[in-house]
Amino acid sequence: MFTNIGEFLPFILGGLTTTVQAFLFGAVLAYSIAIVAGLMRTSKLAVVRIVATIFVELFRGTSLLVQMFFFAFVFPALTPFTPSLFLAGGLALGFNYGAYASEVVRGAVLSVPEGQKEAAISLNMSKVQRMRFVILPQAIRIMLPGIGNNSIELLKGTSLVYFISLADMTYRADILRGANTALSSQIEIYTYLLFTYFVLALPLIFLTRWLEKRASKGVSTA
Amino acid sequence: MSWDWEFAFEVFPDIVGAIGVTIGATVVAYLISLVLGLVFTLLRRSSFKPLSLLMAGVIEFIRTTPPLVQLFFVYYAFPMSPFTTGAVVLGVHYATYVSEVYRSGIEAVPTSQWEASKALNFSKAQTWQKVILPQAIPPVIPMLGNYLIVLFKETPLLAGIFVTEMLQVARIIGADTYRFLEPIAIVGFLFLVLSYPSALFIRYLEKRSGKLHGSAEKGVKT
Repeated sequence: MFTNIGEFLPFILGGLTTTVQAFLFGAVLAYSIAIVAGLMRTSKLAVVRIVATIFVELFRGTSLLVQMFFFAFVFPALTPFTPSLFLAGGLALGFNYGAYASEVVRGAVLSVPEGQKEAAISLNMSKVQRMRFVILPQAIRIMLPGIGNNSIELLKGTSLVYFISLADMTYRADILRGANTALSSQIEIYTYLLFTYFVLALPLIFLTRWLEKRASKGVSTA
Repeated sequence: MSWDWEFAFEVFPDIVGAIGVTIGATVVAYLISLVLGLVFTLLRRSSFKPLSLLMAGVIEFIRTTPPLVQLFFVYYAFPMSPFTTGAVVLGVHYATYVSEVYRSGIEAVPTSQWEASKALNFSKAQTWQKVILPQAIPPVIPMLGNYLIVLFKETPLLAGIFVTEMLQVARIIGADTYRFLEPIAIVGFLFLVLSYPSALFIRYLEKRSGKLHGSAEKGVKT
C-alpha cells in the first residue's frame, strides 16, 4: 500500500487548478455579496432589510448541492442564458457562502457599541462618514476571523463541483478509482486526496488563527 | 421549459417519500456527533500532552477536509451499507464542530466551580457529572441546535454514495424524464420548509437563553 504515489498524486493534482479557480471565484463573489447583503440587513429601511433577509434565508435554507444542481441543470432550461458548468458551480458556491458570510458581517457591524455611533453623530459626521471612519474599521477586525473560517468551509465546499462533472481534484480521484479497483489502491487514492485538501487548507487555518489573536489585541472588551 | 404543475404533482410523492431517509440519516448522524463530540472534547482536555495534541490534530484534520471526500474514503475502504457510511461519516465530521461548542460551554464555567468541587472532595468523575457538565451544556443548547440544521442541509451529499435521499430521488427522476426543473425545485422547497422554521425556533431559544443567563452578548457566533 502507498506505493503508487508517483502515479496517483500527479493525476489528482491535475484537478488542482479547477479546485483553486472555483475557490477563488466563489470567494470573491461570496465576500462581495456578504458585505452588500450584510450591510443591507442592518439598514433602517424595512424594504432593503426584507429583500436582503429573503435572499440570505433562501440561500441558507436550501442546500448548497441543491443550488448547484439548480444553476447547472434548471437555470439553462428556465432562461435563454446557459452558464458553463464552471460558472454554475462558482455561482452556487458564491451565493451560498455569501449568504452565510453576510451573517458574519451583520453580526460584526451590530457588535460595534452603540456609543460609537452616538459619538460620531455628536461630531456631526454624515451617515457615510460614520460607516466609513467609525463603524467599519472596528467591525472589520471583528469579522475577519469569521471570514477566515468561512473560507475554510468554502474550500471544502468546492469538492461538490464533482457532482456537476467539473474536473476538480475529487472528480479526478473518482476517475482514478474507476481505473484502479483494488481495495488498497482506492484507500490510497482517497488518502492522498484528503491530505491534499488538508495542505491547501493549512494556510487558511493559520491565517484564521492569526486573525483571531489579532482581533482581541489592544481592544478593551468591557 | 416552463413549470409543469401536473408533472410536479406526479413526482412530489416520490420525493417526499425519501424524506424519511434524509431525516433518519440526520438524526443518526446527529446522535453520533453529540456523543463523539463530548468524547473529543474530553480527550482534547486530557492532561496527558501527547494524547491531547494528537486529538487536536485529528479534529483539525477532520474539520478541514471535505465531508464528500471523507464519504468516498469510508465508502470504498470499509464494507458498510451506504446509509451507515453516510450517517457515520457525517456524524464524525460534525462531532468536531460539536466538540468546539462543548469546549466553549466548559470554558465558560467559572474556575471557582472547579475549586469548590475540589474543596468538597469530589472525584474527577463526580466533578464532571454533577458540577461542570450540568452548567456547561444548557447555555450551548441553541448552538447545538444550529448544527442540527447545518447537518440536515449537508445530507444531500449522501447522493454521492447512492443513498436514496431526496436529492438522489430527484436526480433519478431528472435522468429518466430529462426534466430537472420541478424535482430540484421541490427538493429545495422541502429543505427550506423544514430548515427555516427550525432556524427561527433556535433563534428564539438563543434570545431566551441569552436573557436567562444575562449574557446578552451581541458578538459573532459562528
